[in-house]
Amino acid sequence: MIRVSRTANVTLLGAFSLLGFVFFLPMLWMVLSSIKPEALIMGQPGVLWPAAFTADNYTKLFTQIPFFRFLINSVIFSAGVTASSLLLDSMAGYAFAKLRFRGSQAVFVLVLVTMMVPFQITMIPLYLTMNQMHILNTFAGLMLPRLTSAFGIYFMRQAFLSVPNELLDAGRIDGLGEFAIFRRICLPVVTSALTTLGVFHFMYNWNDFLWPMLMTNTTEMQTLPVGLALFQGEHVMDHGPMFAGAVLSIVPIFLLFIAAQKTFIKGIALSGIKG
Amino acid sequence: MLMVLPSAAVIAVFTLFPILQSAAMSFYNWNILKNIQKFVGFDNFLKAFQDERFLNALANTFIYTVSYVPLLVVMALVLAVFLSYAFWGSGFFRSLFFLPAITSMAIIAIVFRFILDGDIGLVSLWLNQLGIPVKDFLRMPETAMGSIVFTGLWRWLGFNMVIVLAGLNSIPETLYEAAEIDGAGKVRQFFRVTIPLLIPTLAFIVITNLINAFQVFDQIYVMTKGGPMFSTEVSVYYIFYQGFTVFSMGYASSLAFILFVLIFLVTLVQLRWFRRSEREDGLA
Repeated sequence: MIRVSRTANVTLLGAFSLLGFVFFLPMLWMVLSSIKPEALIMGQPGVLWPAAFTADNYTKLFTQIPFFRFLINSVIFSAGVTASSLLLDSMAGYAFAKLRFRGSQAVFVLVLVTMMVPFQITMIPLYLTMNQMHILNTFAGLMLPRLTSAFGIYFMRQAFLSVPNELLDAGRIDGLGEFAIFRRICLPVVTSALTTLGVFHFMYNWNDFLWPMLMTNTTEMQTLPVGLALFQGEHVMDHGPMFAGAVLSIVPIFLLFIAAQKTFIKGIALSGIKG
Repeated sequence: MLMVLPSAAVIAVFTLFPILQSAAMSFYNWNILKNIQKFVGFDNFLKAFQDERFLNALANTFIYTVSYVPLLVVMALVLAVFLSYAFWGSGFFRSLFFLPAITSMAIIAIVFRFILDGDIGLVSLWLNQLGIPVKDFLRMPETAMGSIVFTGLWRWLGFNMVIVLAGLNSIPETLYEAAEIDGAGKVRQFFRVTIPLLIPTLAFIVITNLINAFQVFDQIYVMTKGGPMFSTEVSVYYIFYQGFTVFSMGYASSLAFILFVLIFLVTLVQLRWFRRSEREDGLA
């Protein structure tokens, strides 16, 4: 970090305060609108700071929108997929990094190839398959393709490559089986990679839109982004609860972000690499 | 082997097989509403290049990409350079700009649709009060795409800024000291030291954002549905429309492959270009 002079400090602080305010405006507006009475949202749309506050939007949210349902769906989908993916990604990543078996090279190359193909290619056959299996609009349909990820496997393989082979040999000498070596020796060494990948999987799925939109067709099954975005288009409703919903959908991730910023930034950086 | 099996099975069934299926479907007239499955050879691909709506969608994708990517890279770079100084509050501003990266684009798009609205949108009302006459951003073909680009930039700026910051931090300070001794000013240092050493980072964000830009969808679906007058209908939106609105799934598959090939070619060209510029700077 480069230190700066006093004048530069004041100038930069001033410039960034202005810039930061403009940049933050949409979020500020969203939060303030969520605690504005409906009459002010529509009646004084040009006024940012409301003359009166209300908590009504947050109570109406649960009666006017099936918000609780969306929330539960998002939690089941994101947490379930993250847990499964962490387990399967690390198992496969470990095998590709540390175990020699017939065809491992070929299988690994195939995994890498699937990483490069954009989702638009597979979304149509996937939809047809789910339709044939009669699991459209179910958690099974929503979660099955996300139980593991090629990217996660690749990422965990890289992490396991850094674990020294001597450690594995020591385990073998002690008479541990291959799975015990993975579970009790190697996995604890790569916990930071696991957390990073966990954050990435959770955020990616929590915020995902196109896939859960394709797989669900009733409000009972929709996740937060899909539910909120579609509900508003299809139902006549107050605007306040919508903003309250938008705020609440961000809160869990925001709290996690405040608690573990460094891990988060690493996890999110993965999504950029993946894209 | 047993440890790979679950993952291999999931990927084989839900990614590898669909890729092959999609490739096969692109040679079929395949409509699940009309119950048609007829082999048509290359007809879908021939049709695509005469389909004005698809060509328009490709053009719109191109417009989005060439406005979004350069603006994003330049803004992320400028922001990162200033925020790399330790001034009062620099840490706070770094987090502030990064904040949109943790949010869902669909949720952001709901908010932006409101604040850009012509009648009740905060941005429109404030701009009018400032004496800048604006019409309804999202309902005018001239401004709708700009608004979509703006939303994308807002969502991704901080994220890319963090990557550039990491790149800036990895440049050894001794190089700046050496440049200073040689009498190079700040601006000269920026163009002669910072930029050349930042090429790998910049290459990374150009390529990843290019790929993302070609696949833009979420904010368009929420904010404009491809309108007005198809002015924001991009490739993925049109593929989605063909596949899941008219259920012409064979045709949609062939469009998806055309898009894939385009992304692939552009990425290859970029990689080669960046590799060459790295070599020219004597870094490779």
